[in-house]
Amino acid sequence: MEASQVIHAIYTDDDVLMSAVKKVKAEKYHIEEIYTPFPVHGLDKAMGLAPTRIAIAAFMYGCIGLIVATVMMNFIMIEDWPQNIGGKPSFSYIENMPAFVPIMFELTVFFAAHLMVITFYLRSRMWPFKKAENPDPRTTDDHFLMEIPVHGDADKLEGLLKKTGAVEINLVDKEDAH
Amino acid sequence: MYTLSNRLKIFSVALIILGALGWGYSYMSSHKTLDEVKTMLAEEEASHGGGHDVASTTGHAAVDAHTDAAEDHGDAHAEHVMHQIHNRPYSALYVAAFFFFMIALGVLAFYGIQYASQAGWSPVLFRVMEGITYYVLPGGLIVLAIAMWAGDHIFIWMDPEVVAHDKLIQGKVGWLNKSGFLIRGLIFLGGWSAYRYFSRKFSLAQDNADINDNSNFKKNFRISAGFLVFYIYTESMMSWDWIMSVDPHWFSTLFGWYVFASMFVSGITVIALITIYLKSKGLLEFVNDSHMHDLAKFMFAISIFWTYLWFSQFMLIWYANIPEEVTYFVTRIQDYKLPFFGMLALNFIFPFLVLMNSDYKRIPWFIVMAGIAILVGHYVDIYNMIMPATVGDRWGFGMAEFGAIFFFLGLFMLVVFYALSKQPLLAKGNPFIKESEHFHY
Repeated sequence: MEASQVIHAIYTDDDVLMSAVKKVKAEKYHIEEIYTPFPVHGLDKAMGLAPTRIAIAAFMYGCIGLIVATVMMNFIMIEDWPQNIGGKPSFSYIENMPAFVPIMFELTVFFAAHLMVITFYLRSRMWPFKKAENPDPRTTDDHFLMEIPVHGDADKLEGLLKKTGAVEINLVDKEDAH
Repeated sequence: MYTLSNRLKIFSVALIILGALGWGYSYMSSHKTLDEVKTMLAEEEASHGGGHDVASTTGHAAVDAHTDAAEDHGDAHAEHVMHQIHNRPYSALYVAAFFFFMIALGVLAFYGIQYASQAGWSPVLFRVMEGITYYVLPGGLIVLAIAMWAGDHIFIWMDPEVVAHDKLIQGKVGWLNKSGFLIRGLIFLGGWSAYRYFSRKFSLAQDNADINDNSNFKKNFRISAGFLVFYIYTESMMSWDWIMSVDPHWFSTLFGWYVFASMFVSGITVIALITIYLKSKGLLEFVNDSHMHDLAKFMFAISIFWTYLWFSQFMLIWYANIPEEVTYFVTRIQDYKLPFFGMLALNFIFPFLVLMNSDYKRIPWFIVMAGIAILVGHYVDIYNMIMPATVGDRWGFGMAEFGAIFFFLGLFMLVVFYALSKQPLLAKGNPFIKESEHFHY
């Protein structure tokens, strides 16, 4: 069931936010999302988010980069136009490998880094010209916003949030639940 | 407070005795005469079908003076092999002595960096580091003493006969001479152990000082910054003197860095291993997973750094293919294929794969497994630096090598754990100690 209403609780300090998250989680509320101006250490754990799998993806991207570099250098330098490398015209990839190691390393890093960023953007549903999902522009400056869907008693939740140190609590209708 | 247990004491002393016996036996049995060597070579010739000559004539650029002077090549070759057999126990002893010494020196550099950078995570480990660095002075003196005692068995330039026939070494005599070697060695050791002495003193004084008095910490900060400058110059020169000069014709401009990477990663590994050992005894309760994680990160990172330097040195020489440079790697690849490439697996591929996953860096037995591979790998690294120059293709892992390793392992353990038992294991006066105790990632 989609919640039609959500509460936006705004905090001004990351430590207060952290303890608030723990209290809200202890009361068994589901936190939909938190918007912060900078990464807050340990927030993902406190919110109970599943651990990131981007490291596994990065490892695979690195392996792809390594393979691409190997295949590419083998084609360019050995097969298509055999090169005499360092006075050692053996025309064998493995014997000339030291010369290719920097390229293999660089492409491993290049693939891992770029594909990781692209994966992150896709996974976070971000692409050019997309309308920002950010509900409050102040979270890009110095405020932290916690979004909690309302099921039932909104007043009780508001009271709880007030106690955790929220400086502002807004009950808003969510126009588009995806 | 750690107390040196009797079991550990007996174990170390047993290692020392066992090592001394093993090495002593190999030393006694290495005194082969020329005739014995000739019969040995004849037997080898018969069994190998003559393939041996090709391999043994490639690598000995440094000692070619012998072969030129002699009329009969067969005799000269036998004499050359005899010298190599004589050299082996000396070299084995030197490699093991240097390996354990460099662990302590690597830890000293790591310790200095923690102070100079005012690191907040590491003060809970300071006493462990101070315990290990206790070995710098005795270990260093032993290395220097072995070098002087072995003389031309390890350092061919210490033989006046060789220098007389060698134009290249003659040009380097200003640096490569016995008294200069000894004086420089004493200056290096003097500087390092002076820093070690004062930093330990201030570290202990800080424990007993008033809570608002950080003057000892500040002194430590200052001398650490000074020490690091001194260290990076002297460590570099030490690596030329004590290691690179075994091949007096060959030089590499990043050799000092390369040796530094080796000692740094071995040192950090030993900090991690001793910390895990002490934790298993129920001590160091203030050291948590995150500290282990950070140490393992350093092991991982510096292993890669070592590989980077190893490869930088290798690739340029391999690519340029200049005869006087490339002999260094030709010898190692032809005669030392297994240790040379095996060390890459141990020092790079194994720690890289084992410690890559973030969670594994917190699991003690993963750290121990990677740590043992790293230590074995870096022993082999030092072995590959010394042995090809002194024993050529007459290398092996036998009584001489294992005896020397056991001897210095026992000595190292005895000295380090004795130093650990002297003071409480928490540097409680350090201004960052609270931050360090609460460190979490």
